[in-house]
Amino acid sequence: MGGFAPLDRPIDVELIDVTKVFDSGVVAVDRVTLQIQQGEFFSLLGPSGCGKTTTLRMIAGFEHPTAGEVRIEGRPMGHTPPFRRNVNTVFQNYALFPHMTVFENVAFGLRMKRVPRDEISRRVREALQLVRLSGFEERYPRQLSGGQQQRVALARALVNRPRVLLLDEPLGALDLKLRKEMQLELKHLQMTVGITFIYVTHDQEEALTMSDRIAVMNAGRVLQVGTPIEIYERPTSRFVADFIGETNFLSGRVDDVERDTATVLVAGNRPVRVRIDEPLSVGSEVTVAVRPEKVQIVPLEAPGADGLLRGRVEEVIYIGTDTFYVVRIDETTTVRVRSQNDRNRLDGGQLLPIGTAVALSWAPDAARVLLD
Amino acid sequence: MTATATTSLQAPRRKRRLSAGWALLWLNVLSTFVFLYAPIVVMSIFSFNASRQMQVWMGFTLDWYARMVHDERVRVAAENSLVIALVSTLVSTVIGTLTAMALERTRFRVKRLYEGAMYLPIIVPEIVMAIALLVFFNLSFSWLDRLFGLQLNFGLGTITIAHIAFSFPFVAVVVRARLADFDRTLEQAAQDLGANDWQTFRYVTLPLLMPGIIAGALLAFTLSIDDFVITFFNAGVGSTTLPLEIYGRVRRGITPDVNALSTVMLLASIVLVLGSLAFQRRRAT
Ligand SMILES: Nc1ncnc2c1ncn2[C@@H]1O[C@H](COP(=O)(O)OP(=O)(O)OP(=O)(O)O)[C@@H](O)[C@H]1O
Ligand SMILES: [Mg+2]
Repeated sequence: MGGFAPLDRPIDVELIDVTKVFDSGVVAVDRVTLQIQQGEFFSLLGPSGCGKTTTLRMIAGFEHPTAGEVRIEGRPMGHTPPFRRNVNTVFQNYALFPHMTVFENVAFGLRMKRVPRDEISRRVREALQLVRLSGFEERYPRQLSGGQQQRVALARALVNRPRVLLLDEPLGALDLKLRKEMQLELKHLQMTVGITFIYVTHDQEEALTMSDRIAVMNAGRVLQVGTPIEIYERPTSRFVADFIGETNFLSGRVDDVERDTATVLVAGNRPVRVRIDEPLSVGSEVTVAVRPEKVQIVPLEAPGADGLLRGRVEEVIYIGTDTFYVVRIDETTTVRVRSQNDRNRLDGGQLLPIGTAVALSWAPDAARVLLD
Repeated sequence: MTATATTSLQAPRRKRRLSAGWALLWLNVLSTFVFLYAPIVVMSIFSFNASRQMQVWMGFTLDWYARMVHDERVRVAAENSLVIALVSTLVSTVIGTLTAMALERTRFRVKRLYEGAMYLPIIVPEIVMAIALLVFFNLSFSWLDRLFGLQLNFGLGTITIAHIAFSFPFVAVVVRARLADFDRTLEQAAQDLGANDWQTFRYVTLPLLMPGIIAGALLAFTLSIDDFVITFFNAGVGSTTLPLEIYGRVRRGITPDVNALSTVMLLASIVLVLGSLAFQRRRAT
């Protein structure tokens, strides 16, 4: 999944240079600027404590920025309280009202807005149907499983038809299998109702699976915003490359630049060619990043074996569909290679034994140059 | 073999230690019954005694209860007690709940001081509180008289105010315990769903606090119905409550009608306290 969001849709939520400093002096969110389009599934992804929840709470109105501005549908929010914002939140612990039935929980928002009684019951039923919980109206939250509670929380938010739905790690409390199911269900639901989702997670796989676009955060800053493909294939920083998927980092020095290709000397002066987006000056210190699955590995004795790097297989890890090789280039450098096993053979094709001398290579645009 | 040897060695020792413990435990239970419950039981039994004398049992009767029901002074005292208890419970429950909210939810400059001052009535000897209130009312009355020509006197009003003063801290303590483990994201969820501050309080905070509030109210009611010392010092003509009435009768000798009245009050208190405990334990449903 993860389609591209067309760029001409109206902006639903906009953060302009938003900073949040808590009383304790902690800078939870640091000059964050984001534009989230209507109908988009937008994820905030980052490690624990990077400021995701705080960002979400500023959009919901539970916290106010120390500096900068939050705009919803183009209107600056200032100190607008949560109940006057056209957004709803699905809380990390669901926060269902324990003294109310499922029906009353879902009806709460409509009751507060004094929607007529028969319309309330119709819309609540629709919402429960949407999350496949029809028939659970009279139960209390404590009589529901975690997954069911999660869906009540979703229905309770969606029934208000908010402009934007904020979700703070809504699947965090579920076990892996239910989590995978709910991921697809949530994505499907989002496409059905067409509401903008802002989704907080620290699970990179979850973000890649569900999102139209992802903002990767670290230490209060947004490091990169892009589609899952952009984030995965063209990370702009070492943090992003490392946090999302697995990456080999080779530090080196730029030796030659010719148009859009640079030659970088890595691992004891071995030249590797890398496609570049921005001009680089010869002699600068850089990091070459290359994903394990982009590296081709061939035994040196194979006919016509050629490669950018040479080394010896130090470890072989068979994981079913693929095999990981750890290849030692020199004393300080190893490269991880992920090589697909031969689908047509029961022994998975021929695994290279430990100690094999190998050549490693990759296409010039399979590697990235990172400046930090 | 070794296993059986060790167990057979240890078993008797554990038994002996246990039996010493059991003896102490039983002694404790026994003395509790003798000194705490025996008097109460004796009192209740003698409320059914057909004799005026406390020393001899002359057979079973419900006479004293029947007399109590028809006794005009008991009726007035019971009415006074109930009115005072109801009004002071109502007011102290509201004040106590608000106090608990203020202490748990806000930060203000003199919070620590206020907190300490509020809990004072729970700690200070009741007699001190009684005298303090007496002095306070006396002074207030003379000032009101001098400034506005208001002629006020001791009576139901002073007792009620005194009861509110000593019972609202108890309500606050009970409600605060409930507030302390209150999940605040529930209130945020309500706000997020469009509830303003009042609606959030009315539909989420209050219902979830209710068991604590009811427990506090029952406690306040019990304290008020039972109170003697503070009531005694702050009562006036015609404001006799049940405990004062009982005291007045006992001064003229312990009679079965006093026993009957006390037994009824005992039962009422037990019911109220059990009710209060039940509500305190009740989890949010
Ligand atoms: N109310 C607060 N007062 C002071 N510091 C806070 C407060 N809330 C959060 N912080 C701090 O701000 C930083 C960001 O917190 P935040 O909850 O936004 O992280 P997060 O990205 O959601 O993390 P997680 O994945 O663990 O939920 C943390 O260092 C946290 O300790
Ligand atoms: Mg969080």
